[in-house]
Amino acid sequence: MALETNEIQEKLVATFGSDVFQFNQEKDIFSFEVAADKITAVILFLKNDPVLRFHFLTDLCGVHYPDNEETRQFAVVYHLHNWYENKRIKIKAFISGNNPEIKTVSNIFLSSNWMERETYDFYGINFIGHPQLKRILNMDEMVSFPMRKEFPMEDSGRTDKDDRFFGRTTANC
Amino acid sequence: MSDSKTKMVAPPEGVVGEGFFATTLNDVVGLARANSLWPLPFATSCCGIEFMATMASHYDLARFGSERVSFSPRQADMLMVMGTISKKMAPILRQVYEQMSEPRWVIAVGACASSGGVFDTYSVLQGIDKVIPVDVYVPGCPPRPEQIVDGVMKLQEIVKNESVRRRSSPEYQELLASYNIK
Repeated sequence: MALETNEIQEKLVATFGSDVFQFNQEKDIFSFEVAADKITAVILFLKNDPVLRFHFLTDLCGVHYPDNEETRQFAVVYHLHNWYENKRIKIKAFISGNNPEIKTVSNIFLSSNWMERETYDFYGINFIGHPQLKRILNMDEMVSFPMRKEFPMEDSGRTDKDDRFFGRTTANC
Repeated sequence: MSDSKTKMVAPPEGVVGEGFFATTLNDVVGLARANSLWPLPFATSCCGIEFMATMASHYDLARFGSERVSFSPRQADMLMVMGTISKKMAPILRQVYEQMSEPRWVIAVGACASSGGVFDTYSVLQGIDKVIPVDVYVPGCPPRPEQIVDGVMKLQEIVKNESVRRRSSPEYQELLASYNIK
């Protein structure tokens, strides 16, 4: 009696209506989108519901979609795992490009504290209510959010490379 | 054993007589320093593994007077930086260098420490010579233990020929000032 995906979907739709949508099976993981302002309610519901029991946050990360419309430029991705049924789901919440912010889930899953800091570090996404939202992997003096597509991957301080031989353009060096 | 071939360090140029040997202070000090370099390994990745092989019995860096690996910068002469140095690590490396007492030398082992290597990216320091002065660069990714030993021997040549006054010379002060090290 494994936990079926249509059961998850029915329960979510019954509780949250049109705030959860775009249900689909991506490869072997059941995925859906959630309206960004409902993320804490949905995560809390998935964690505490006696049938769903998604009590483990596997991963939390950001994605940058620079070609999307302004309201969907960033996504925060949540991976949840039900250990009783060994069932995993993926949730995406899209947020605005000009003012990327979303409520923190660090009060629901303590493990998300560092993952949200990492997401802030690389994408500049503001997690409202996070107890200590500061850089975690990069140096504190860094001003850019390096995983955003507008920032170059290469280091600008490099002096021993001849741009012509390394495929670098003047725009990113 | 009497028939074993022990290779000794050759004496410097000088005047030999019965019961005495006269040479310059520079040569004597250089000889002593070059053959008792205490390494401080600053190993962050795979070059560090090669260094472990270099220190172990097969390659045995101890043959060149570097028997005593110092894990305190205050007692070390030769800082060996082995591996990728991220920008977040740079101030720590610099602090370690500042804690070493004069005279001090630095070897950048491997492509990453020398130039950032393949990590031409926002988080990696593009060569440790951006933050501290370097005496010898060892190429390789990672270099073989022979190459590291060769680097140490190259440094020994530098140490042997260094003037005892170099560390108080204006050129040296200028070099440190260019790195903003007081």
